[in-house]
Amino acid sequence: MSPWILLAASLGLAACSAQPPGQIADPLEPVNRRVHAFNKGVDTHLVKRVSGGTSGGGTGEAVQAIGNFGANLALPGKAVNHLLQGKPAPAVRTTFRFLVNSTLGLAGFLDPAGQDFALPEEDTDFGQTLAVWGVGEGAYLELPLIGPSSTRDAAGRVVDIVIDPMRGWLNRDQYLIGMGARVVSKAGERGRFSDSVDSVLYESADSYAQTRLIWSQHRRHELGQEGEAIDPYAE
Amino acid sequence: MTLMPNETRRGFLGLIGAGLACAATPAWALDTGQAKALIQQSLDEVYAVINSGRPPAQMYREFEAIFARYADVDIIARSALGPAARAAAPAEFAAYKQAFQGYIGRKYGKRFREFIGSKIEVTGAKPVKSFFAVTSTAYLKGRSPMEVEWHVSDKSGKSRYFNIIIEGVNMLASERAEIGALLARRKGDLAGLTADLQQAG
Repeated sequence: MSPWILLAASLGLAACSAQPPGQIADPLEPVNRRVHAFNKGVDTHLVKRVSGGTSGGGTGEAVQAIGNFGANLALPGKAVNHLLQGKPAPAVRTTFRFLVNSTLGLAGFLDPAGQDFALPEEDTDFGQTLAVWGVGEGAYLELPLIGPSSTRDAAGRVVDIVIDPMRGWLNRDQYLIGMGARVVSKAGERGRFSDSVDSVLYESADSYAQTRLIWSQHRRHELGQEGEAIDPYAE
Repeated sequence: MTLMPNETRRGFLGLIGAGLACAATPAWALDTGQAKALIQQSLDEVYAVINSGRPPAQMYREFEAIFARYADVDIIARSALGPAARAAAPAEFAAYKQAFQGYIGRKYGKRFREFIGSKIEVTGAKPVKSFFAVTSTAYLKGRSPMEVEWHVSDKSGKSRYFNIIIEGVNMLASERAEIGALLARRKGDLAGLTADLQQAG
């Protein structure tokens, strides 16, 4: 499928549901809640156990290295998105980061770019590109296995796969290994931030509502779209 | 830290009071400097507890006391409860507020391990609407620096903070959702919610 068809589809999806700032549109709540219950089950029975063992000592470092490797392969796609957002400087820095870590960083397992060259990762994705182009976030979505998202960001994820330059440079097996490394990196994050995740997923009265709120607010913050401040004295 | 201007030095008693003056009895309208000082002081106290190495249960009680000293617990508890706060009898609301305060002390106190070896730098303050936003950066081990914003007001008659926004995530909004869900689970029964909060966190 052409990325432009996807793009048109995502613009269409996002455009049909404009909502007041600060609110979270969730017309798919019943479906989202079922997906949330499924994701939580996966976390309880699988991810929590696996990632629980990755937080300490040597295993932690191995997961970090594999995570670095996966994250490095995502950099060309991020550089493309920086460019699409009209930000050449981060696109250039991201490209240098990729070149340094792919060579001196031994195919990306190490991170000399971040540690010695002051080139930290500057995260972005096509969902952000759409936001920069003025596309609204659309409806809240909880995606199976992936987690919280929005119609705009879910469409962005698909486009990110399509426009990823790595797909042209690697063969299919290499590409899948790269994707696998990114999954390991996510499991490692789950281990490192286990207290935060546990507190939201397992100690909230309504973990779906908390996840929706926290993800949406954090995402808007990343995109520089902060809502109105709450003034409880004026209520 | 210059909480008291030189010309208002009041000798020994004044010095004793200086530590609490900003939090408890501002004799002048709140400004950016005082809003910053309030947050700095409460952070200093929180870190003193974190670094004390005391047993967790004791630390949670101390966090609760710090929260009660520096935050406007009344407006936070009221806002988290939403419309039900207006319908509540004063005694019922007071019991809920007390339970809410303990719940917050435990819920956020439990996360203290993430803050061992960390630091939070207060970076600035600016007026927003009718209050002040104090900005700070949290440096936690193994994480990228996080932006933490504190909203401070003197509308209660004392300078207190009433909201914390961590990387865009609004604690007041989060507690509204949480307390709302707990209240719904109790079918709107405030006494039941209060009982749940005494156990929660």
